[in-house]
Amino acid sequence: MKIIVCIKQVPNTTEIKIDPVKNTLIRDGVPSIINPDDKTAIEVALQLKEKHGAEVVVLTMGPMQAEKALREALAMGADEAYLLSDRAFAGSDTLATSTIIAAAVKKLGADLVLCGRQAIDGDTAQVGPQIAEHLGIPQITYAAAVDYDAEREVLVVKRQFEDRYQTLEAKGLCLVTVLSTLGTPRYMNVWDMVAQDEKEIGIITFADLDLDKANIGLSGSPTKVKSTATKQFDKTIETVELDPEGAARAIVDALKARHLI
Amino acid sequence: MAKNVWVFCEQRDGELQSVAIELLGVARELADKVNEKVVALLLGDGVSAKANDLVAYGADEVRVVDHANLKHFVTEYYAQAVTQLVKANDPNVVLFGATSIGRDLAPRLSARLHTGLTADCTKLEMDEAGNLFMTRPAFGGNLFATIICPEHRPQMSTVRPGVMKKPEFDGARKGDIIQETINWDDSKAVVKVVEEVKETKNVEKIEDAKILVSCGRGVKDVAPAFDVAKKVKGTVSSSRSLVDSGIIEHARQVGQTGKTVRPQAYLAFGISGAIQHLAGMEESEYIVAVNTDVNAPIFKVANLGIVADANAVLKQLDKIL
Ligand SMILES: Cc1cc2nc3c(=O)[nH]c(=O)nc-3n(C[C@H](O)[C@H](O)[C@H](O)COP(=O)(O)OP(=O)(O)OC[C@H]3O[C@@H](n4cnc5c(N)ncnc54)[C@H](O)[C@@H]3O)c2cc1C
Repeated sequence: MKIIVCIKQVPNTTEIKIDPVKNTLIRDGVPSIINPDDKTAIEVALQLKEKHGAEVVVLTMGPMQAEKALREALAMGADEAYLLSDRAFAGSDTLATSTIIAAAVKKLGADLVLCGRQAIDGDTAQVGPQIAEHLGIPQITYAAAVDYDAEREVLVVKRQFEDRYQTLEAKGLCLVTVLSTLGTPRYMNVWDMVAQDEKEIGIITFADLDLDKANIGLSGSPTKVKSTATKQFDKTIETVELDPEGAARAIVDALKARHLI
Repeated sequence: MAKNVWVFCEQRDGELQSVAIELLGVARELADKVNEKVVALLLGDGVSAKANDLVAYGADEVRVVDHANLKHFVTEYYAQAVTQLVKANDPNVVLFGATSIGRDLAPRLSARLHTGLTADCTKLEMDEAGNLFMTRPAFGGNLFATIICPEHRPQMSTVRPGVMKKPEFDGARKGDIIQETINWDDSKAVVKVVEEVKETKNVEKIEDAKILVSCGRGVKDVAPAFDVAKKVKGTVSSSRSLVDSGIIEHARQVGQTGKTVRPQAYLAFGISGAIQHLAGMEESEYIVAVNTDVNAPIFKVANLGIVADANAVLKQLDKIL
């Protein structure tokens, strides 16, 4: 079984700051991490490898610095790593991104494609299903458990909804997006990090893939960012300092005035 | 030319989901701007009877696909149905709820139809030419981006439950109900549903509460908050910090990674008002904030701001109610 795990390197959003004048991100000093859902997807792949034997390939698209995320995945135990990097890819929206990644998956060949459910910098959850559609393969999103029944050769997935779950079975190539709650990614030590240093990271560019420029990059993206803004609040109220009794009384009065109690 | 605003009206076990109704409200505004129709898509098995409700909430037309293939949510069957209807009718806009169903189906469709999709929009506006302006939070809610899809149709977006206001039910409204038939391709639907299990959680739904007693890290003991909530017939909600520390369950979390709420009164105790929290509650009718820090950002959205110890105030409320 060959498993391709699609991962994304993201800024650690908890530490993001915005330049209030230019409305742009201040990236300086913000650490980059493997997107949490994606890291769990790597863990799922490694567990399938341990249980059933598999070749685990990690794939990411991004600038050359994204190599760091791939190195981390290799240290966790992935067998191969590929970086999709080309100026022609820059500015891609989710649809264009998925077009590029799907072309790479096709080139590399896989029996199972894993993604994280969504990335913390965009929160869209779109790229996984879009890759699946481009490849013409089924998708299972929001996976809360993934197992492989070797005897029947089916993938068994617990698919989570807000109010229920489904147990789904898929035979043949499919794409699964996993929730970070599915499992805790394994810890890697210094030796893992040193050991992976030997491995080479494959670079995939536009020239390596069967792609039409009309469908990728900024110009090939159906959606465009028209403008960005920081949030403005227009309420102006007085803040009052009260003792607990006075505060409780003020709240009760306010609720009564609105006929809520 | 692409025309009309479509809403994918999600149902579960035959029950219309509140987000579907909310979307009909915003769809009505968008369609009125260009004098076009609101078209509701109702897909499921044994769901036709619900079509009248969609008209009452603002649809001019309901397109119903009532078929056993749609009993459970199966991406491929739902995608086939919507794709065929879209291709036959060329809508200008298609809206989906940003639920675990909408966020599965909509991206699949965007790739199949080769058009753009914008996730989790908090504001939708339209110009006279029918271009949709889709505003969504970006980078952990620190920024808002307005996205357009100028050259592809339909323009598609998902909207989270609770973000848009529910329109009034008008039983006298008239609309057309159209039963549709789909040419199913069973060979593509290879994922099998072995079982579907409903998880009945005993958590009160914070999105349905009239009054929310919301606790943040400044609340040291949440027990009085539960007592107060009971007395005012409200519900306890919280910021993420109490969820992260395991004190409150995730289903009660308000904010960008929790729920969007718009109760008649939102009482924020010991909540700083981080942008990701505000994103989930700023549309509340009336906001009370109790915080010891006079500079807490929560005061920027509050109608009544009180500088006081939240724990003492909660205890006192419990006493006098
Ligand atoms: C991608 C992302 C998504 C997020 N999603 C969400 C989300 O959905 N919901 C959410 O809530 N957060 C979310 N957060 C986290 C958010 O940024 C804040 O960290 C969080 O909301 C803070 O919770 P808090 O206000 O309870 O705690 P704090 O920020 O620690 O604030 C505690 C407040 O209590 C006050 N206080 C202390 N003692 C008292 C007292 N005795 N009486 C009265 N006041 C007191 C303090 O002055 C302070 O204002 C998200 C963050 C990121 C990066």
